[in-house]
Amino acid sequence: MTEMMSMEVQAERPLGRALDRVDGIAKVSGRAMYAADYRPASDLAEGFIVEAPAAPGRIRRLDVSRAEDAEGVIAVLTSANVPEQRTYGAPEDAGRFTQSHAVLQGDRVRHVGQPVALIVARTLEQARHAASLVEVEIEVDAEGGIFDALAHEDLAFAPDSLDGADDADTQKGDLARELAGSDHRVGATYHTAMQHAAAMEPHVSVAEWDGDQLTVHMGIQIVASAVKAFATTLQIEPEQIRIVSPFTGGGFGSKLGIHSEAVLAALAARVCDRPVRVVQTRRSVFVNAPHRERHRQELELGATADGTLTAIRHDNLAGMARDYAFAEAPASPTRASYAAPAIHTSHRVVAADIPTVDSMRAPGEAIGTLTLETAIDEMAQACGMDPLEFRLRNMPDVDPVSGAPFGDHRLESCLREGAQRFGWDGCVAPGSRREGRLLIGRGLAAAIRPNMLVGAEAEITLSPDGRFHVRTDMTDIGTGSYTILTQIAADTLGVEPGQVVTELGDSAFPKSSGSGGSFGAASTGSAVQDAASNLLSALRDRCAALGLDGNGALAFTLDSVRLGERSLALADLVGPEGMTASGSIDPDDFDTGQAGYSYGAQFAEVAVDAVTGEIRVRRLLGVFDAGRILNPKTARSQLLGGMIFGIGAALMEEGVIDPRSGAVMARDLADYHIPVNRDVPALEVHMLGASSPFANPLGAKGIGELGICGAGPAIANAVHEATGVRPRAFPIHLDHLLPNLPPV
Amino acid sequence: MKPFDYVRVGGAEDLAQASAGRFLAGGTNLIDLMKHEIETPDRLFDITRADLPTQDLASVEPREDGLRIGALVTNADLAASEQVRRRYPVLAEALLSGASPQLRNKATTGGNLLQRTRCPYFYDRARACNKRQPGTGCDAMGGFNRMHAVLGTSEACIAAHPSDMAVAMAALDVRVETRKADGTKRSLSLDELYRLPGDAPEKDHVLDPGELITAVVLPAQVPSRQAYRKVRDRASYAFALVSAAVVVELDAGRIRNPRIALGGVAPRPWRARRAETRLEGQAPSRALFLQTMTEEFEAARGHGHNDFKIDLAPRLVADMLGELTETTHD
Repeated sequence: MTEMMSMEVQAERPLGRALDRVDGIAKVSGRAMYAADYRPASDLAEGFIVEAPAAPGRIRRLDVSRAEDAEGVIAVLTSANVPEQRTYGAPEDAGRFTQSHAVLQGDRVRHVGQPVALIVARTLEQARHAASLVEVEIEVDAEGGIFDALAHEDLAFAPDSLDGADDADTQKGDLARELAGSDHRVGATYHTAMQHAAAMEPHVSVAEWDGDQLTVHMGIQIVASAVKAFATTLQIEPEQIRIVSPFTGGGFGSKLGIHSEAVLAALAARVCDRPVRVVQTRRSVFVNAPHRERHRQELELGATADGTLTAIRHDNLAGMARDYAFAEAPASPTRASYAAPAIHTSHRVVAADIPTVDSMRAPGEAIGTLTLETAIDEMAQACGMDPLEFRLRNMPDVDPVSGAPFGDHRLESCLREGAQRFGWDGCVAPGSRREGRLLIGRGLAAAIRPNMLVGAEAEITLSPDGRFHVRTDMTDIGTGSYTILTQIAADTLGVEPGQVVTELGDSAFPKSSGSGGSFGAASTGSAVQDAASNLLSALRDRCAALGLDGNGALAFTLDSVRLGERSLALADLVGPEGMTASGSIDPDDFDTGQAGYSYGAQFAEVAVDAVTGEIRVRRLLGVFDAGRILNPKTARSQLLGGMIFGIGAALMEEGVIDPRSGAVMARDLADYHIPVNRDVPALEVHMLGASSPFANPLGAKGIGELGICGAGPAIANAVHEATGVRPRAFPIHLDHLLPNLPPV
Repeated sequence: MKPFDYVRVGGAEDLAQASAGRFLAGGTNLIDLMKHEIETPDRLFDITRADLPTQDLASVEPREDGLRIGALVTNADLAASEQVRRRYPVLAEALLSGASPQLRNKATTGGNLLQRTRCPYFYDRARACNKRQPGTGCDAMGGFNRMHAVLGTSEACIAAHPSDMAVAMAALDVRVETRKADGTKRSLSLDELYRLPGDAPEKDHVLDPGELITAVVLPAQVPSRQAYRKVRDRASYAFALVSAAVVVELDAGRIRNPRIALGGVAPRPWRARRAETRLEGQAPSRALFLQTMTEEFEAARGHGHNDFKIDLAPRLVADMLGELTETTHD
């Protein structure tokens, strides 16, 4: 109740208010300038990618003569004429975002769909047609390629690093002994699907050179990662590169770093000596932007007769794109969700000849909770316990594997409040809840996502026009960055949000966290708060020097500053240039040794057609703890989006690579299914809202990826109650259920 | 996209040259295929403003022999037609289960009939596809074939026809009226219009180059018990895994005039004629329905990912027959 009241009080101030998006009007009226909308001063040329039809291997023949002769063609870039770049993947220790992203290098082709040429023409149509005139033959390696990593376990190795986790493997306690001594054991092998971010805005870059200065307008999540990648790839200095990305039309991890279209645009602009735009086609995005890899996950659980977990084993296998070191951590939630004397986790990867694999929507947790929370449900059933009670019984006191104390732990609150709001009244026998042709099932699952804080900087200028200009290279990928950063600045400065102008997405601005890992709001927000606080101090000092001193808050109007009864003209205070202060956040200052997670509990009701096995979600309710809520409206939208992705992960999203050729075969939004409106019931979102001061100065925790966690397994558990089938492969297809459906 | 000439058809005289190109109506499928250079016509004949004497392309009108639907009537308008909703609800349901509102606003009756398969190997020019490029092979066999056909296929092709509308029309025994480039006319049933792939899967239908579908005629007399159900992986904007249009009547407790058409299982809307013959005159029973439909699928051949259709389709139709004939479970 105290928490609720503190929320009420805060709502009067800018921070915590359900403020409409400050960029909302610009977006819905088409004035928001996305990368592809940018029009350079000189004539823009259009680039179109020619893809490798086969791989891995070498280009045996590449005939671009007909393309070069086609109408409107300005140039055809191939390995024969492409400017020099650093070798793809080098330097080896740079990390995947910073490493060279070289294209068209030599005659080697790593994966099907990789660019082998770029057509540059006056119009997109001309470029596209010319691309079809290119003749290319690939000599595939005699030994063929590895396309289905799961079929090559003999080649598996432990990755040097794991996304969002310290170690590939963890071994707490004596697993064999605990399993042997347990009264109940459940175990199964699960498969989670290859997935694509499939953002509305395809990957796009518009590159132009002014002498040795490169400017790229692009859709990107982390501006600084783009600067580094261009510098490494093109072997130029970061100071020579400017990235502009005021709006990004969705990223979901696929725009954390840069991709081939960006490098191609920069190289083509150099060769053609004019600005070049390369927009990946929808089909291209499925192979020239990263994907989430298919995983095989093995889970084994042990519990005592009274429903106390004794052991959890979670072993993972997946593909890793050759020369691009990224491995996802599906066992991340297994290491943190439940107490057990023995918890062993492992991750193995197989180097494969596939398109880039990278972070996607809650890497680790999205597909890790999918399997873990399904297995937990199965164990609850084995113990004869209600799945809610089983989870509550196994809540940890400390971070289960690391042993670190929790900064806070509100999973139990989420579960209890969710159960109450949903009306959870225990399980029924599978298949026993029936409405006509429909089999009704209910299920629940826990949600967890590690909270992160990364370094960020921002600056704020009070201009003579009376407005506070916030500047940072933070991005808004549809999440609401503009809005919450405006609120944070306004709240700290004691002004209304309308007096704050936030400018983002330009590498000329102070370096931020960027958007990713749900760390953007807390990290960059803390830097903005620091900058606002510093600016306020500097303004107070200047006011005092000008004779305006005393207690109380400074009140800013558009042309003056007031303290009590007295005021000062703004022009006299800030001069013609305005006054600027910087701020930052250093994560080391918050490294308290405490484990920090965002939490949630999700409850689903599904209806399964008893004749066809079609699964539709009828209800999905989530209760979430993401610390202090900066803006309930944008926060809710983040959670809604996540829950919808959870529906997709459970029931629809499935990328496929043909294991014979290595070709990605679902390459548009007709073949690659994401939920449509009719698949999404009225979602119910509740936020605890209590602050998490251990995490950062704002007390907010990550929210962007939280909604997806737990949503899928709640649906899977509901499918089990409806049909008696425990899903072992995701997405769950109706054909998995058909054999168990009642007779017609 | 290959450069092409564009001809706006005004009157019948403009159709004389039509065999040299392709007709453009809604363009919802053809333009996509042209962008991918799967279709590479030299010339497009835009018929959306065509004015043909005695062959109104754009309206739905009652005729003695039934309801005549002009080939340019959009899917949205047809689904909303009062006549269709009242007398042919199976068709309205099928139309509304297809595509999205935006597409239905553009897509036309004639174009819907002739839309091409959504086989992903057909769409990927780097893969083998006998339908796209005769003689190259079929990568869908042994590949991803969840959406593919189990009946009426050949060694050359296992692609499924994607239309919902055509499935309902198959159950309604429609006639398709056409006009050849030289002005001669003919009328075809859907089974006559569509060909099975055999060894020439590049030919979806029997129409000559330049032959234009002018109308579809729904018969005046159809059984009033009608239903369309579409099984799919998501609730909207997805092609059918299996769909079925069932039209039947009951007379003194006996099944009369049953017509069963299936989508998603064959290269064309598939009439379950063997089952229809078997059911005619029988007393309704759920066991009979399932057994009859299971027999219908004895000839079916799965290719791995689509094996489930062989179980799913009989279940679907059996349940629909049960519901339409108000037959309770035994």
